[in-house]
Amino acid sequence: MEAAESEFEPLILAFCCNWCSYAGADLAGTARISYPPNIRIIRVMCSGMVHPAIVMDALSKGIDGVLIAGCHPGDCHYTDGNLKTERRVEAMLVMMEDMGIETERLRLEWVSSGEGEKFAKVVRDMTEQLTKIGPNPFKPR
Amino acid sequence: MSKPGRRPRKRAAKPRRGAKKRPVLVPEPPCPLPRPSFPKPMVWKEGEEPRIGVFICHCGVNIGGVVNVPVVVEYAKKLPNVVYSEDNIYTCSEAGLASIKEAVKEHNLNRVIVASCTPRTHEPLFRAACLEAGLNKYLFEMANIREQCSWVHSHEPERATEKAKDVVRMAVARAAWLQPQEEPEIDVKDSSLVIGAGIAGITASLSLANQGFKVYLVEKEPELGGNLQRLHKLYPTMQDASEILNPALEAVRNHKNIQLMTSTTITDVKGYVGNFQVTAAKNGEKTEFEVGTIVVACGAVNYRPPEGLYQYGVYDNVVTQLEMDQLLGKGAVGNPERVVMIQCVASRKGEIRAYELEAFAMSDTSRLLRKILKARKEEGWPYCSRICCMNAIKNAILIKEQAPKTDVIILYSDLRVYKEYEDLYSKARDLEVKFIKFIEEAGPEISETPDKRLLVSVYDMLAGHEVRLTTDWVVLSTPLIPHKDSIILARTLKIPLSPDGFLMEAHLKLRPVDTQMDGIFLAGAATGPKDVPESIVSAKAAAARAAILMANKKLRTEAITAVVNPDLCRGCGRCEEVCEFKAIELVEVAPKVVNAQVNEISCKGCGTCSVTCPTGAITMRHFTERQVNAMVEAAIK
Repeated sequence: MEAAESEFEPLILAFCCNWCSYAGADLAGTARISYPPNIRIIRVMCSGMVHPAIVMDALSKGIDGVLIAGCHPGDCHYTDGNLKTERRVEAMLVMMEDMGIETERLRLEWVSSGEGEKFAKVVRDMTEQLTKIGPNPFKPR
Repeated sequence: MSKPGRRPRKRAAKPRRGAKKRPVLVPEPPCPLPRPSFPKPMVWKEGEEPRIGVFICHCGVNIGGVVNVPVVVEYAKKLPNVVYSEDNIYTCSEAGLASIKEAVKEHNLNRVIVASCTPRTHEPLFRAACLEAGLNKYLFEMANIREQCSWVHSHEPERATEKAKDVVRMAVARAAWLQPQEEPEIDVKDSSLVIGAGIAGITASLSLANQGFKVYLVEKEPELGGNLQRLHKLYPTMQDASEILNPALEAVRNHKNIQLMTSTTITDVKGYVGNFQVTAAKNGEKTEFEVGTIVVACGAVNYRPPEGLYQYGVYDNVVTQLEMDQLLGKGAVGNPERVVMIQCVASRKGEIRAYELEAFAMSDTSRLLRKILKARKEEGWPYCSRICCMNAIKNAILIKEQAPKTDVIILYSDLRVYKEYEDLYSKARDLEVKFIKFIEEAGPEISETPDKRLLVSVYDMLAGHEVRLTTDWVVLSTPLIPHKDSIILARTLKIPLSPDGFLMEAHLKLRPVDTQMDGIFLAGAATGPKDVPESIVSAKAAAARAAILMANKKLRTEAITAVVNPDLCRGCGRCEEVCEFKAIELVEVAPKVVNAQVNEISCKGCGTCSVTCPTGAITMRHFTERQVNAMVEAAIK
């Protein structure tokens, strides 16, 4: 069944690091900053824990967008797990191009535990952008 | 079924965009303390079917006012492996916790999920309830439907309810794969290594030694005392530095619990909190010893300007504040007509052209060091060095007191005399020390007059014209900068450096003197410029933090660590390379068979090694690929 363009609601999966971004997402809640309910957050200890295979797997199964959120460079609880993620994301984007998935579907953002507003903004932006792009071509119909 | 705590939908329906956030009207949920003692956790039976209980919290109206909780409860009951589900007004209340414990017994639950607030607040509480019910605490899972659902989607209750269902479904999927974990308990050695015998190191050593702990006090120079032994007078009391230092030195030298090691450097530190193996070297001769904790008090050094900066090194009467202090001590300043002091030397952008960077020109090319190097080249030392303003005023007062007719002028672009040092500033004013504000772009310039005196010309910002001052002395206030050796030490101990090159504390606000390495603490100017009282305060804090660990004798560490599957490991060593905590290393397990082995106590559970492993031999406890994948798959459905 083809969903009408206007009704399409993207499904975004977010991997948030325990120390900064997950706390940032919590702060958005505490401060009652609203954002669209299209996001499902998975807590990980560090963004450096997110295996590219899991991300690629999620995209190939039809998740519309993946957000990896970690501490700002220099703030990583584990020194530089986030920088390792940064390099891996570069590789993932190449893989996505090869697979024919729009690279906009993967985002890496630095969200500190004090940036509730930024977290909400990222989710808003991403939802808007993915709504424009449309459903993931790999989405089972 | 009753709907406790539900409020009319209307109120939550339409917060205007951009409207001011209203204060939270709902009372915070009760927060009972966990029980003091728990029975031993139940032994997990291999192959037992997961029996999941889901407890969904209304949190008063915090969740229940937006999310239709009873609908989510009914939904949860139909999910695979879920044998029980209920809703609570406050799951974290005494009654809520009791109902978890009851349900675990009654329904023989072996996993518990609470869908409520963030795990960052109440996870320890629910885990404690599970433990009391005889369930391993790692068999507990939390679904965040308050901070990350009801509070942010209050204007869309229908979709918030759908999202809450999804979040619970993801938690259920993960819970089925949860495994019980044991937290390793380790012994903590009751000895401490203190690096650096400045006033901070000495204070920390005495504090620890007086509490009965063995202290190894290591100093790379032949003499004890650090910067303090080079100082003459201290602000604001104008005491002789030796008055403070000598009794401390005396106490350190004669303390039976302190082993002094001068002219000694730390070459290697292995191990983890409670059990560090330290290698120290004196004239190439190595000593090894074991300690439970480490206090780093490696201090800072006064920056010597490069030759030519404000004519330093060109004329003998251009000196730094430290040199002026020493000259005053020797009585070598004489009775000059005028002394001009310049503040913030080498701390202002664009000031430094020729710059010596030997301290940072290391073979090490880590990203952070390169960044520090680049920044220092471009900006000098742009942080406020905290002590220079008071130090300059102190020297000005000393000069005025010994030669009241001398005209002392302090050129500054910003003056920071905080707390009681305001009085020092007032005293200098009363003694007719003059202050002239310049702007960074038109800073002072120095030349020689025909009669071999110095001429300082500077644009007086407040008067609005240039002033030309003939002077006998020019005194430069240069900052305290990180020690070259402290940067090498930071690499050895795996303590991150701040962009300024100082050692970094674990959290700017909440964890002063702690480092991100458990069992290693920072004291004194190692973390940034500090004066004597500040150094002593931080040294006492660091000693107290170290003493807590050693007094407890035992320590439980987090069970979230890496696990190596020896059948898949091919011993390539990439995990060893990426580990920031020296927690994984290659070990020859049999002749010609090399495997990675994890030290569970130093492993912090960041998971970098598990992603790096090319054969998938490394998994993270409590965050296995299966557990994460289960959530991803559940999110799609």
